[in-house]
Amino acid sequence: MAKAYLREGKEVHRVPVSFRLNGAQVSGFAGESVAAALGALGLTTLRHAPRSGDARGAFCLMGVCQECLCRIDGARREACRTPLRAGMEVETLG
Amino acid sequence: MADPASDPSRFDIAVLGAGPAGVGAAVTAAWAGARVLVIDEAPQTGGQVYRALPEGITLAPGVRSLEAAEGARQRAELEASGAQLVTDHRVWMVSEGFRIEALGPQGPAKWQADRLIAATGTHERVVPFPGWTLPGVLGLAATTILMKSQRMAPGRRVLVAGCGPLLAYVAAGLGKIGAQVVGVADLAGPADWARALPRMLARPDLMARGAGWVAQIAARRVPYLPRHHVLRAEPGADDALRVTLARIGRDGRPGPERLIEADALAVGHGLVPGTELTRLLRAAHDWRPERGGWIARRDTEFRTSVPGLYLVGDGGGISGAAAAWHQGRVAGLAAARAAGIGDAQILSDRITLERRALRAAEGFGRAMSAIMAPRAPLYAAIPADTPVCRCEDVTRAEIEAAVAAGATEVNQVKHWTRCGMGPCQGRMCGEAAAEIVAAKQGASRVQAGLWTGRAPLRPVPLADLAGDFDYADIPIPKPAPL
Repeated sequence: MAKAYLREGKEVHRVPVSFRLNGAQVSGFAGESVAAALGALGLTTLRHAPRSGDARGAFCLMGVCQECLCRIDGARREACRTPLRAGMEVETLG
Repeated sequence: MADPASDPSRFDIAVLGAGPAGVGAAVTAAWAGARVLVIDEAPQTGGQVYRALPEGITLAPGVRSLEAAEGARQRAELEASGAQLVTDHRVWMVSEGFRIEALGPQGPAKWQADRLIAATGTHERVVPFPGWTLPGVLGLAATTILMKSQRMAPGRRVLVAGCGPLLAYVAAGLGKIGAQVVGVADLAGPADWARALPRMLARPDLMARGAGWVAQIAARRVPYLPRHHVLRAEPGADDALRVTLARIGRDGRPGPERLIEADALAVGHGLVPGTELTRLLRAAHDWRPERGGWIARRDTEFRTSVPGLYLVGDGGGISGAAAAWHQGRVAGLAAARAAGIGDAQILSDRITLERRALRAAEGFGRAMSAIMAPRAPLYAAIPADTPVCRCEDVTRAEIEAAVAAGATEVNQVKHWTRCGMGPCQGRMCGEAAAEIVAAKQGASRVQAGLWTGRAPLRPVPLADLAGDFDYADIPIPKPAPL
């Protein structure tokens, strides 16, 4: 659901890193937020609503809405407030 | 007992939030000679408005940051001020006195301060519409963060909708990043902007920035749709969003529909002052819709009704980054003077100077706030089966059913429906829920009430707070003899 985020290509220097997303090896860039990295991979559905089962994704990107909560290196973290590092283990929470 | 002056966890003044208001307060209080602590949950200062690029992402030489140079200037001023800065710490509890408890990367942290300056900012108001919960729909302020601190757009084709100065800023910024802005739907029309103009003229520099964004949008031939509102968003073909818009007539009713396809919808209806801390400490609040909603009552030195508690920046009523900086500076000086630190006459003279700059900045900010003020017809248009509370999936119909069953204010509605009880703690649904509760009873927002402040101020994992706590560590007193 929904399309991938777009990274500004020209004039921005980023350092590629690989990390694990739901068990698969993927890549992103060091320091960007985990939420942005997942968005750029096209993973915009991060959870499903408890009652309706509807797909949900990152919404406020400032640590308020809690829609991007993921399990990151074993702990529940707001993906929008967590900088991506090489070797991170990221799991979406269904 | 240790000497309080040498205790590293004790401060004369603590500042919560390191956006422009908090930094402004910290630098002047430290300048006056106070021992100052500034705490922020982000890794860098600047708040949301002056968000910097994270460590690891750099711009080619000569490329201008989307963050204003003002952010870097304030960061440098704070560094030179002598105030102690603690970043990456989320404050979850403040009790009177003031005892401040936070959670950082290394675990729990605690401080004590005689005076507390709250500079905790705002969050975004998004009035619910069908499809506002779809992935690919995100806030306007959220989009600015993606642009400024990630140099990303939420998709290749983005529709920008809502109201206020962020519309033009986001549309211009997305264009620079390389996304196509397929439309800018502005709730306000030319008449609304004309009303704001006289007060905007008080800050020609800010006017010029705004005009620059508008010129960039015009140069890219982005369709500008005045007085347009998003009626609904639906999943479209090929993972895109189908967004239906309509022009809102003078009577508040939508006209003929217009369909726009986009990869993402960036939508926001203004800013809501964050009142978590002032509600938690039981400060008096007033309903001030023209300033963004409920705000804690303050005097001219930004003192709230709670002794020792000050409130500056947008959290005390939307007035923008420029006003926030000067408000902070006044409060920092006033708090130092109240603590008996520094020369009272010199501090008073500086307060007078700061006030003059504040007046011009506030005029501009308040004009923007009026453009973003909540609009009753938008809330009236929320359909019955649309989820209002995102966390707990509570619809408008369920909120109205609770009112029909006897709930008269928002706390009762929360208890009966779970609306506002989820992990966002009512920050995303609070405004809409209260509008619906008020409208259903034909009552005012004052009668509909505001949510009682509760800890934690922000969600924190209990396991992290407990740290390496062990039950064996609890001292158990000997049982009393029978």
